[in-house]
Amino acid sequence: MFSGGKLSSEQILKYIIWYEDSMLEKILTGKRQYWLLLGCLLVLMAPGLFFYTRQILDGLVITGLSRDVSWGLYISQFTFLVGVAASAVVVVIPYYLHDVKQFGRIVILGEFLAVSAVVMCLLFIFADMGQPFRIFNVLLYPSPHSLMFWDTVALLGYLVLNIIIAWTALSAEYKGIPVPQWTKPLIYLSIPWAISIHTVTAFLYAGLPGRPLWLASILGARFIASAFASGPSLLIILCLIVRKFTAFDPGIAALKSLAKIVVYALVINLFFIALEFFTAYYSGIPSHHHALDYLFFGLDGKSSLVWFMRISIVLGVAGLGGLLLQMKMNNTMLLLISLVAVFLSVWLDKGLGLVVGGFVPTPFETVTEYIPTLPESAIAVSIFAIGFMLLTALYKMVISIRISNGN
Amino acid sequence: MQINRKEFLKKAGIAGASLIAGGVLYSLFKGDDIITAVVESSAQTKWAMLIDVKKCAGKPDCSACMTACHKGHNVPAIDDIRREIKWIWKADFGNVFPEHTSEYMDVAVRSQKVIVACNQCDNPPCVRVCPVGATWKRADGIVMMDHHRCIGCRYCMAACPYGSRSFNWKDPRKILSGNDIRVEYPVRTKGVVEKCNFCAERIDVGEMPLCVEACSEGAILFGNVADPESDIRRALAGKYVLRRKAELGTNPEIYYLV
Repeated sequence: MFSGGKLSSEQILKYIIWYEDSMLEKILTGKRQYWLLLGCLLVLMAPGLFFYTRQILDGLVITGLSRDVSWGLYISQFTFLVGVAASAVVVVIPYYLHDVKQFGRIVILGEFLAVSAVVMCLLFIFADMGQPFRIFNVLLYPSPHSLMFWDTVALLGYLVLNIIIAWTALSAEYKGIPVPQWTKPLIYLSIPWAISIHTVTAFLYAGLPGRPLWLASILGARFIASAFASGPSLLIILCLIVRKFTAFDPGIAALKSLAKIVVYALVINLFFIALEFFTAYYSGIPSHHHALDYLFFGLDGKSSLVWFMRISIVLGVAGLGGLLLQMKMNNTMLLLISLVAVFLSVWLDKGLGLVVGGFVPTPFETVTEYIPTLPESAIAVSIFAIGFMLLTALYKMVISIRISNGN
Repeated sequence: MQINRKEFLKKAGIAGASLIAGGVLYSLFKGDDIITAVVESSAQTKWAMLIDVKKCAGKPDCSACMTACHKGHNVPAIDDIRREIKWIWKADFGNVFPEHTSEYMDVAVRSQKVIVACNQCDNPPCVRVCPVGATWKRADGIVMMDHHRCIGCRYCMAACPYGSRSFNWKDPRKILSGNDIRVEYPVRTKGVVEKCNFCAERIDVGEMPLCVEACSEGAILFGNVADPESDIRRALAGKYVLRRKAELGTNPEIYYLV
C-alpha cells in the first residue's frame, strides 16, 4: 500500500486517518440482525437506567444489601468479570509465546472481550458506590496501602493495554501491513498484567482478618483457575455464535484447542474447591467451615444459597464430563452445552456465593441473608447489556474488516 | 500543518493523561498524612476504654450511654435491623465473646448484655483498606472518619472484624426530626460509612466521651493507657480482662472486665 515512496508524509497521514475512521464506520453500518441485536440490548438496558436514577436519588436502600452483608450482586459481578477479562491471556500466551498460529483468528476477539469485561467491571464498581460522584477521590488521595487502589491501577492499565494492542493489530490487518514492532513489548507486558488484575482482585478479599472464607492463601490461585475456565468458555461460545451467524469463521480447530485449556483450568478449579473443603472440615475449626456450612448445607436454619451452590458443583462436574466426551465424539452441540454449563458453574460460585458467603456468619456469629432486589438486578442486567453492546460493536468491526479483506 | 480532529483528540488525551498521572505521582510522594499518623502512634497519649461487664449487666434496661451517644452525634434511629446505624449498642455475651462461651454456660449468663462499639484498634484493618484515606488513625490512637471524603465503597465494613461500622443506606436527614438535630455535630449524607469516634471532638476540649459521662453506674472507665499512672492503666494492671478477637492482631483499645 505504501510502497514506492512517492507519497508525502501528509498524504500518508491522510491515509491512516481514513483507515482508522473507516474502521469505526464498520460499527455504524450493518445488516438488519445486527441492529436487531443492538436494539434488544438497548431494551434490556432501559429498566436498569431508570432504577439507577432512583439509586442516585434514594441511595443504596433500593438494594437488598444490609449492615451485615454490605457487598452483594454488584461487587460479585465485578469479581467474576475481572476473571473473564484476565482470561484473554489464555489466547495471547499460546499465540505470541508459543506461536500457535491457529489462535491468530481469535486473539483480537479475546482482547476485545477483555476490554468489554473491564468496562463492565468499572461500571459495577461505580454502581456499588454510595457516593459515585466522589470517584475521583481515588486518584486525588491515592492510598498505596489499600488493595482497592492497586486494583484501580491494574484494571485501568489492563484496559488501556488491550485497547492499544487489539486496535493496532486490527488496523494493521485492515491495511494489509505487518503488526508494528512497538506493540510487542506491550503484548509481553499484558501477560503478567492479566494475571495481576485477578491476583490483586483476590487480594481485595484474601487479606481481611475477620472473614475466614476469604482468608485463604489459595484464593488467588483459585481465582485464576476459575477465570481460565469461565473466560475462555465464554470466548468459545461467542466464537461459535459468530461462526453460526456471520460469514467469518474463527476456525473450529482453534476453538477445540481452547476447550482443552478450559478442561485443565476446570479440573484445577474443582481440585482447589476440594482442598478448601478438606482444610475446613478435617481441621474442624468452626470459623473455617461456618461459611461453607452456610453455602452448601445451610446454617442456623438459613439456606437460601444452598441449591445454587450445589448446582454450581454439579454443573462444573457435568461440564467437565461433557468436554471430555466431546473430544471423543467431536460434537459441536455437546461442546456448546458443556461450555455453557462450565460458565454458569463458575458464575454461581464466584458471581454469587463467594462474596455473599464471606459475610456469613457476621462478626457476632449470627446469619443475615441477602437477596438481591428487583431494582438491583435490573441495574446489573443493564450493565451487562452495556458491556455486550460494546462487545457486539467491537466484534462487528473485526468481522466486517475480515470479511472485506476476504477472510 | 493544520491540526485535525484526530490529532487534536490525541494531543488532548495525552495532555489529560499526563495531568492525572502527574497528580497521582505528586500526591503519592508528597508524604501521606495517614502513613505518618500510623507511624507516629507511639505517642504520649493513647485513649482506651475499660468496660465493667458486671456493673453494666446489673441494669439490663439501661440505655443511657447509647441514647447520649446517638443523640449527641445525630445518629438516626432506624427500626430495620438490616439498615440500622449504631455507634454503641448492646449484644449478648455469647455473641460478643463466642470463644469464651461453653455449652454448659447458663442461658442467663450467655445472654447477658455487653456494650460494644468501634474498638479503636491500634492496627486497624479499616484504615489499611480505605482507598481514599477517609478513615485514618490519629496520633492518640483514635480511628477517625471523614464523611466528606468517603466514597461509600464499604471496603472498611468488609475489613472490620467487629461489625462496628454502619452505612447510610438512605439520607439520614430524612429520618432525623428537625428539632432533635444537634448543630454542634455534623449530620451525614446518604452513601457514607460512620462509626464511633471515641468522642474525639469532646476529648480535644478536655471532656469525657458522652457514653462515659452518661453512665450512672461508672461502668465505663476512659483514659490514657500511654500514661502508666492513669486510672485505666492501674485497673488493667491487676485484672483479667478480655478484648474482642485479640488473636487477629488488631489490638483493640476497648477492654472488658468480666
